[in-house]
Amino acid sequence: MLDESDITALVITLKLALTSTLILLVLGTPLAWWLARTRWRFKFIPEAIVALPLVLPPTVLGFYLLIALGPNSPAYGALGFLGGGSLAFTFSGLVIGSVIYSMPFVVQPLQDAFSAIGRRPLEVAATLRASPLDRFFTIAVPMARPGFITAAVLGFAHTIGEFGVVLMIGGNIPGETRVASIAIYDHVEGLEFTHAHWLSGVLLLLSFILLLVVYGLNGRFRVIRL
Amino acid sequence: MKRRAWYTLAVLALITPGPGVASEIRIATASNFRNAMDALVEEFRTASEHRVVPIYGSTGKLFSQVINGAPFEVFFAADARRPELLEQEGLTVPGSRFTYARGKLVLWSPRVAYVDDQGSVLEQGSFQHLAIAQPRLAPYGKAARDVLESLGLWQALSPRLVQGEDVGQTFLFVHSGHAELGFVAWSQLVSGPQPIAGSYWLVPENLYRPVDQQAVTLTDNEVTRTFMSFIRSPQAAGIIRDHGYTTLAYDPP
Repeated sequence: MLDESDITALVITLKLALTSTLILLVLGTPLAWWLARTRWRFKFIPEAIVALPLVLPPTVLGFYLLIALGPNSPAYGALGFLGGGSLAFTFSGLVIGSVIYSMPFVVQPLQDAFSAIGRRPLEVAATLRASPLDRFFTIAVPMARPGFITAAVLGFAHTIGEFGVVLMIGGNIPGETRVASIAIYDHVEGLEFTHAHWLSGVLLLLSFILLLVVYGLNGRFRVIRL
Repeated sequence: MKRRAWYTLAVLALITPGPGVASEIRIATASNFRNAMDALVEEFRTASEHRVVPIYGSTGKLFSQVINGAPFEVFFAADARRPELLEQEGLTVPGSRFTYARGKLVLWSPRVAYVDDQGSVLEQGSFQHLAIAQPRLAPYGKAARDVLESLGLWQALSPRLVQGEDVGQTFLFVHSGHAELGFVAWSQLVSGPQPIAGSYWLVPENLYRPVDQQAVTLTDNEVTRTFMSFIRSPQAAGIIRDHGYTTLAYDPP
């Protein structure tokens, strides 16, 4: 059965996934909107950067984050105002890692959804004297709704599946950075296979349901492209 | 209505308390000591309201986490070198370093009558995989390497070595049967959750340096003091010995 520490690990996992997804929706929406609308000839460069976490080993990301979040980095000083202290081995550190790690899973569906709207509905709205902000919230956002759902669910699900980055910057601290995937690793190493089975089962079911939601709601919507 | 449910869920998840009871301490513990530490923590819980949370890993990995500011209050290493280094760095409570256990290395296979009591199975080499812990990070891996070098087999067997991240993972490799045999800690054999079958060779101590395992206190507070004086008690020493270690005679602080 799931014991108290397993429940804690699951709660941490869900909390991490939820926080990261909300941050990603806030950051990813303007970015995806810009990528979908811009005619800049070098837009493939930010597109490639956004897609990087799809192909990069999590250890590479984890390694850079470990350096960037550590006490010897310039970013450390800059982040000092957020409460100070090293961000490695903290929940906040994991959020930063997850936001980067799950970025393409949120930005790409949004960008696809915005592109699919095309220019015409927005131009029509403009002729009716809708302001740019008005057009975005009353035309683009409702029309891109499937994209938002896909982005949110995929960002959430992918963060639940995170392992390598957390392993490198998390430190396996119960109640803080021990997410479910790390707890499973720990159980297996301690030969606690019953615990590992329960937690794995929960994650398998959860991930499957989340993907069912994506595929079920969006039908032919493209989920991932590279 | 639906929207409100989502908000409630979101808020609930965000305000769920994370870490935090004041009297909780985290103890970074070398993997070989896992079973013993679980028993010690269990015993300590019956006599104290303080919560002790062990975190297991290889000595080398835990060491680098401590250096990088991981929030551990005590460090139970599988060697004496890392605690000494931490002491030199000024990261420990002065005078807190002591040897809490001395561990033994064993060559083990779950197969009956596979490992002989001279270890000559290593020379016959009728196996595909020999599991050892990562020598750079895990003291039991270093001990295993010392043994193979003493026997003059390190070069010859290198292609067949599989390395676990720590001695816990190494044990798993052998236990699951993916490696026919491996060097693990004696304590893992005698104190696991289920009785361990198979055959083993308790490596004689002239082939490697005995694994003196030292602990250091990183944060001085009431809980760490209480827990560490418990660890130094005869009662705790008994538990440690029951898990396959020898304990040195030491004076209570």
